[in-house]
Amino acid sequence: MLGYVVRRIAWLAPTLFGVSLVTFFFVHWMPGDPAEILAGEHASPTLIAEIRHELRLDRPLPEQYVRYLGDVARGDLGRSAKTHEDVRDEIRRYFPATAELALAAMTIAIAIGVPAGLVAARRPGGWVDATATSIASVGVSMPVFWLGLLLMYALAVHWPILPVSGRGFAASEIESRTGLVVLDALLARDFSAAAESARHLVLPALVLGTVPMAVLARMTRSSVVEALGQDYVRTARAKGLRESTVLLRHAARNGILPTLTVAGLQFGALLGGAILTETIFAWPGVGRWIVLAVEARDVRVLQAGVLLIALSFALVNLLTDVLYAALDPRIKLR
Amino acid sequence: MKLRRRIGRRPRGTWRAAFFLATLGLATSAAPAGAAGGTLRYGRGMDAVGLDPAHESDGESFKVCDNLYEGLVRFRDEDTRVEPCLAESWDVDSTGTIWTFHLRDGVLFHCGKPLTADAVEYSLARQWSAREPRHPAYGVGGPYPFWGYLGLDETLAAIEVVGEREIRFRLREPSAPFLSNLACNFAAIVCPDDAEEHGEEFFRHPCGTGPFAFESWRRAESITIARFEDYWGAPAGPERVIFRSIPENSTRFFELLSGSLDLMDGVPPDDVGAIEKNRSLELLKAPGMNVAYLAMNLDHQPFDDVRVRQAVNYAVDKRAIVDGLYAGLAEPAAGPVPPNVFAARTDLADYYHDPEKAKALLREAGYPDGFETTLWTMTGPRPYMPQPLRVAQVLQADLASVGIHANIVSYEWGTYLDRVHRGHHDLALLGWQADNGDPDNFLFVHFDESAARPPAGNIAFYRGERVHELLLEGQRTIDPERRIAVYGEVQEILHRDAPWVPLVHTLEIAAQSKRVSGYRLHPTGRVILSGVELAR
Repeated sequence: MLGYVVRRIAWLAPTLFGVSLVTFFFVHWMPGDPAEILAGEHASPTLIAEIRHELRLDRPLPEQYVRYLGDVARGDLGRSAKTHEDVRDEIRRYFPATAELALAAMTIAIAIGVPAGLVAARRPGGWVDATATSIASVGVSMPVFWLGLLLMYALAVHWPILPVSGRGFAASEIESRTGLVVLDALLARDFSAAAESARHLVLPALVLGTVPMAVLARMTRSSVVEALGQDYVRTARAKGLRESTVLLRHAARNGILPTLTVAGLQFGALLGGAILTETIFAWPGVGRWIVLAVEARDVRVLQAGVLLIALSFALVNLLTDVLYAALDPRIKLR
Repeated sequence: MKLRRRIGRRPRGTWRAAFFLATLGLATSAAPAGAAGGTLRYGRGMDAVGLDPAHESDGESFKVCDNLYEGLVRFRDEDTRVEPCLAESWDVDSTGTIWTFHLRDGVLFHCGKPLTADAVEYSLARQWSAREPRHPAYGVGGPYPFWGYLGLDETLAAIEVVGEREIRFRLREPSAPFLSNLACNFAAIVCPDDAEEHGEEFFRHPCGTGPFAFESWRRAESITIARFEDYWGAPAGPERVIFRSIPENSTRFFELLSGSLDLMDGVPPDDVGAIEKNRSLELLKAPGMNVAYLAMNLDHQPFDDVRVRQAVNYAVDKRAIVDGLYAGLAEPAAGPVPPNVFAARTDLADYYHDPEKAKALLREAGYPDGFETTLWTMTGPRPYMPQPLRVAQVLQADLASVGIHANIVSYEWGTYLDRVHRGHHDLALLGWQADNGDPDNFLFVHFDESAARPPAGNIAFYRGERVHELLLEGQRTIDPERRIAVYGEVQEILHRDAPWVPLVHTLEIAAQSKRVSGYRLHPTGRVILSGVELAR
């Protein structure tokens, strides 16, 4: 298994190389001159030329790409043309915010989605199943924007139980170790800051978790229903096991495997930044960072952002595969 | 529907929920200092890009910079007339080319060092690309977007430190907008020692002489500034100001409603009614110094024909746009220069909405059955146009009623600007917000032939010899009476030649909690917060 993991990690290099190549040329073929956009609405040609030179946009494209690869290999992701900040610092700032939100959303999605799917699978076609399935259908098709604003108005304005948006100020004095604010506050044993930061996390995580929750519920239900029709389940029942044991120990153990794959994919996608949720809740994450970079044609940020998404997606996939093998004895990773 | 109706009211059940939370031990304030009092929480759509005024070009950066830094002179609270600031007084010689400024005594930078003429020289000379040799700090931290664009490279001949508190500018020729330019954000005075110490990083370690000093910055989230206790003028009202970046308009409004913001800009027209009805909120309005326009590309047929351009002007119903798409928070524009700008011609009668007259002009121009064309628009909101796509649709309908069939072409902002500046469009929507409040700032960039070279600010690609002569004369004339005559004639010619349909001048608007008093909107969109008072 270790060998497998090492090989998978080694495969990341060509994958990321491919991604960087595609991104690089896409970014350069996008309409709009980055230098002109950065220079503003009525900039002088001299200024535009200066910016173009600074960004090396006046060099031939292959040369730009080779020099860029060299920089990346040295761990230098460049500076954002718009904010003049080191792109690595920006990643260190925005990625933990996204990761924190994604973790919270996934926790909510799994904690509610999987049990709901199991309960629904117990009596397919029954009223519990019908209710859970219709809620899940609504969840999948609910526009995030609408749901977000609705929950925000209800729970932060009309009944002000939770904060409206942002990450809050409670943890701003606490040293950032992981970048996950709640975790940092807990590590610093500042429990009131942790609670306050967690309150800021609830609404966006709930909104972001809705779609994965619904997807997981439906996936769990259908795969467990399928497993319940298998011979080994009939055998288990014939042995006189309790229905709950049959469901949880026999059917769910097998039925949950496809759910795990789906959960991994969903989590990987969330790590790429949830643009809408981040925008609505003024959450300083990767999604908004990349959208603003697209608007500003911030070449270095765009390239690094896409690489970051590809890398986190690949790592989550790897983790899912390893977990899969651990849970399913039929699968051996070689 | 229900959501909107309820917004107008005070949120109910506040104390019940608070009690519920308090019993759970969960209730805490949204912002730390809100409870301490004296902290003004200001909500806006985006974060600042940087806090070195010479390098910035976006309004969000200047909103913070304007509270941290000051220039030699400044605009008055209510308009763009210039008054003393760091310079107590100034003299101009009879040729209009030598300007000497006398600095105020006892002004300190936030770091504690005194303001000197050297600091003024440093702040401005570092931006001067045409100076030989360039200043040692030239280019540190990036380019200087405003210096070149406001023509200072061509205007300035020398900057001389005369004494510790006296500085002299020699100009190549008299320049009317020179003094107004010194009141702009980019000409703010920075502390040279701090700028040198931080180099490229000065943009996040700002040090000026303003009523507030920089405290902290959480990128994409908030910037906090605190009252500068050694400020030379009246001390700032709030102890602290937190600028929060909240991109979504509705969210920002909910923050204001819930009491976690005191003041917000970027109020969407749709929410204006709700704010006006809410007893704890107040809507602030003031005339803006901006113009939104539809430019006709004179390099493309049939817009090279003045009759066609006049027909388009007669076809457009501006009042309907103001009422329908700006919720009345704008005035129809009769010309490119807003009425609150010096030398604006308010006596020229606007083209009124008259489709029959438009059709007659089109017939006369040889288009009895109209023609087909493209109407370009950006997709996202701009300060002068919150709903560009819908404006385009209304214009499309107006034009169709006289037989002009316009196909809408839209791109997101970056691409849009790029293509429009290169003249790919037939008709295009765009707008302008004043920098220095001078008529030159509205007319030169949009109608001078030198601005019609791509990437062009003159996106009508209008070229007129007389207009060019007059615009140059206006820049070089100091005498206000003569300037009124010069710019008056320019506006008259433009009115006749009709390269644009000037659409609207939008009002500056903001919403505030009733706890806030003393905040005034500035026509240039500047945000000055030192005069604000907060009720406990």
